[in-house]
Amino acid sequence: MEAKIAEIVSKYQSNPGFLVPILQDVQKAFNYLPREALQEVGTQLKVPISRIFEVATFYKAFSLTPRGRHQMHLCVGTACHVRGAAMIGDGIERVLEIKAGETTADLEFTFETVNCLGACALGPVLVVDEEYHGQMTLAKANKILNKLGKKVVSDEEED
Amino acid sequence: MSEMVTLTIDGRSAQAPAGTTILEAARGLNIDIPALCSNQELTPYGACRLCMVEITHGKRTRLVASCIYEVQEGLVVRTETERVNNVRRLVIELLLSRNPKHPRLLAIAERLGVDKSRFEVEVKGCILCGQCVRVCREVVGVSAIGFESRGTDRRISTPFNVAPVDCIACGSCAQVCPVDVIPFKEENGVRTIWKTNFELARCEKCGRYFAPMRQLAHFSRVTGLPLEHFTQTCVHCR
Repeated sequence: MEAKIAEIVSKYQSNPGFLVPILQDVQKAFNYLPREALQEVGTQLKVPISRIFEVATFYKAFSLTPRGRHQMHLCVGTACHVRGAAMIGDGIERVLEIKAGETTADLEFTFETVNCLGACALGPVLVVDEEYHGQMTLAKANKILNKLGKKVVSDEEED
Repeated sequence: MSEMVTLTIDGRSAQAPAGTTILEAARGLNIDIPALCSNQELTPYGACRLCMVEITHGKRTRLVASCIYEVQEGLVVRTETERVNNVRRLVIELLLSRNPKHPRLLAIAERLGVDKSRFEVEVKGCILCGQCVRVCREVVGVSAIGFESRGTDRRISTPFNVAPVDCIACGSCAQVCPVDVIPFKEENGVRTIWKTNFELARCEKCGRYFAPMRQLAHFSRVTGLPLEHFTQTCVHCR
């Protein structure tokens, strides 16, 4: 971990002004911001850990808890909402057995809602691993989850 | 000495060095402006918004926070207008909804004619003025505490919400807090702050506990003098 952090920090000439991009790179490398990694960033940049904790908790893009291998972002902005995003969200929560903002215990999926992705014409929008899927429906969402290896039992079969 | 500028505050002429703030200039004229986040030992911050004043900008007037607005030549400031008091009343009501009991806030509220907050009370105690964070960073120089998160979740915390690694238990944060919400306790040679116990050094001559070991170690680090130089006797017995 130390070497990886050193590599990232040197990419930004150890300049504390680049703290946010450095944390972004750290998050990319470890999938989240592990406590030891933040401590190491602090030591190498000579920035107090309190300051780094401030920045890491300020931005929603940073996570201090492990994230899933697959990241799902469901837009619940106005346009997506009126086209039924809430129902899709409920469906995903049911299938993954987590609430929005959580990660499954097997670290396979993280599911979050976002407030607008600026792609309202495509609504409802579901972003899976940075890929945008428009005109989302519950069936389409289940199909995507299936493809990513989550066994989805459809509602009809459940009864 | 830096250049002096002349400005008008509540109809009175004031001289102030360039680079200082309206709040400082007003205090020089004995004009009392309520302020909770400003502290002359710390960099201006502009968080509490109680120090709002009205400045004239050509034909229009504008509200600014006097603790961060620098004086300018010919600036016309009014500190007690209807608009200013309206804003201050709103601000104190918002602060009271976080901390409805502190005498300091109640005194300001009374002065502004506010007897009750119109907002739902959600007791947090802390008003997020940031004095504790700034004193730790700028005066003490250890930066053990900071803000966490943002928006309605924003709060003061130690990194990762565990025992603060850089804290020297000096107690400056608790001392500087305008609403006294940082718990601070001393008992049987142990000082408790940020939910952490810190051992106090005992004076070899008078037997009194006088300072946290961590703080003395910090002095030793900063001055380059051996630790024993600080830990053996208290200031009074020296």
